[in-house]
Amino acid sequence: MRRFSWFNTVSLTLGFAFLYLPMVLLVFYSFNESRLVTVWAGFSTKWYGELLRDQAFLDAAWVTVKVAVFSSTLATVLGTMAAYVLVRAGRFHGRTLFSGMIYAPLVMPEVITGLALLLLFIGINLDRGVFTIVLAHTTFAMCYVSVVVSSRLTTFDKSLEEAALDLGCSPFEAFRLVTLPIIAPAVISGWLLAFTLSLDDLVIASFTTGPSATTLPIKIFSAVRLGVSPQINALSTIMIAIVTVGVITASILSKRAAVAQRRDEQAAIRAE
Amino acid sequence: MRRFVLIAIPYLWLLALFLVPFLIVLKISLSDIALSRPPYAPQLDLAAGWEGLKSFFSELDFENFTFLTTDDLYWKAYLSSLKIAAISTALTLCVGYPVAYAMARAPEEWRPTLLMLVILPFWTSFLIRVYSWMGILSNEGVLNQVLLWLGIIDTPLQIMNTTTAVYIGVVYTYLPFMILPIYSALEKLDGSLLEAAEDLGCSRLEAFWLVTWPLSRNGIIAGCFLVFIPTLGEFVIPSLLGGSDTLMIGKVLWEEFFSNRDWPVASAVAVVLLLILIIPIILFQRNEQKQREAEG
Repeated sequence: MRRFSWFNTVSLTLGFAFLYLPMVLLVFYSFNESRLVTVWAGFSTKWYGELLRDQAFLDAAWVTVKVAVFSSTLATVLGTMAAYVLVRAGRFHGRTLFSGMIYAPLVMPEVITGLALLLLFIGINLDRGVFTIVLAHTTFAMCYVSVVVSSRLTTFDKSLEEAALDLGCSPFEAFRLVTLPIIAPAVISGWLLAFTLSLDDLVIASFTTGPSATTLPIKIFSAVRLGVSPQINALSTIMIAIVTVGVITASILSKRAAVAQRRDEQAAIRAE
Repeated sequence: MRRFVLIAIPYLWLLALFLVPFLIVLKISLSDIALSRPPYAPQLDLAAGWEGLKSFFSELDFENFTFLTTDDLYWKAYLSSLKIAAISTALTLCVGYPVAYAMARAPEEWRPTLLMLVILPFWTSFLIRVYSWMGILSNEGVLNQVLLWLGIIDTPLQIMNTTTAVYIGVVYTYLPFMILPIYSALEKLDGSLLEAAEDLGCSRLEAFWLVTWPLSRNGIIAGCFLVFIPTLGEFVIPSLLGGSDTLMIGKVLWEEFFSNRDWPVASAVAVVLLLILIIPIILFQRNEQKQREAEG
């Protein structure tokens, strides 16, 4: 083992300072008394109070959560199906097109996806609002889900499924009883990914929404276009806190699940 | 039968909500702007039958694409997007490589924590991460205050609303995409190779340049594409941090559509942007495939 040099220490410190300092400052100034975000005028939580009394923000938050829950759930179902088709269904007509359509949205600029979907919705005369945003988010999020799930599907032992089929399971039972529990961590992280992508999206939502539905990112964007606002700092702090708690909890849970799984596998080997 | 349904559901979904929309964009990019709802012509009139179809196709032309080449704004925006994407990719590499390198050299028990610290910002809202720089870079922002206090400058620097701010924003938001692939390439690197190089008389720097750098090349290439491709069509960063002189095609498309309401030209802008993106995307996929073959 080489000594951990001063160069490495410096790059790690600077790198992580760069990654985290802006967010620390954002949180810090959300507790500032003054409306001028950069002049410290004493500790205060008044911006949080103002934020929670602002009905427009609360409405936008509710719309955003609704869209995220529906679209990530739908995207997880469709994405898992797509992953299963990609990995297990073998050859079929149009497979190349299918895998192309799975990977293309991952690299597509959001402005193009948004524009294309909006033109479709106008073309078929669909009223724009929560429903159209859900359709749009489901479409790009399902591709992320299917990438996450298919990477898990390719690494797991196919003979387990075959054994279940030999022992008299129907293909659906084999999927439910054997495959699904094994790929469950990937399905869950796919759902989480779809959920955050939906919460986060400004561009596609701006294109596909109508006057009836404003999501939080749209609201934030129109507020900060004109400059820094302490209310947005407070809102950002709340969102950062939720994400941090969520990610840390998820990583602890998945570590525990991995330990439990290893224990089960070892017990199974010993029992043989 | 069951297999057919399983394939058909996601397939049809993607056809209807991914492929068809693009065909519509392509079609509208060949249409003319019109004072109607929706604001373009011709409309496909299926009731008119074969004659309607024929007149529909005869009215499509490449006028919007010719327009893109005659108006300076567009090709300048494409070039400037390419330039901004290339420069910020290089900058992200310069910042990201040392961090990835240090992470791979860190004691093994630190690595999961360091990895999580790199991934955590990715889960935080993109918009908020871009916004956080507005308070730092503005004229009365934190950075200028610190520099004034230290006596390095006398008057506040104008960073906000310039292309420099866009570079900072891109490096900041896309840094994890650069660090992760390079880290995973470096982590696999066998330390004994470096020892061998040094035993054979290489200096540390030579060993790095002759062993570490080539072996992390796939990670570098993947990281660069992961930054370059999304930056090219970026909208949020230039519109929040950039100024009026920061020309990026994602912003032009947005304004063409929402402010000028010229749908045919906006569609043509999108089609050309896609054509430009196809080259780096194919190169990226080739690199991924090579890597997979090398591993498998």
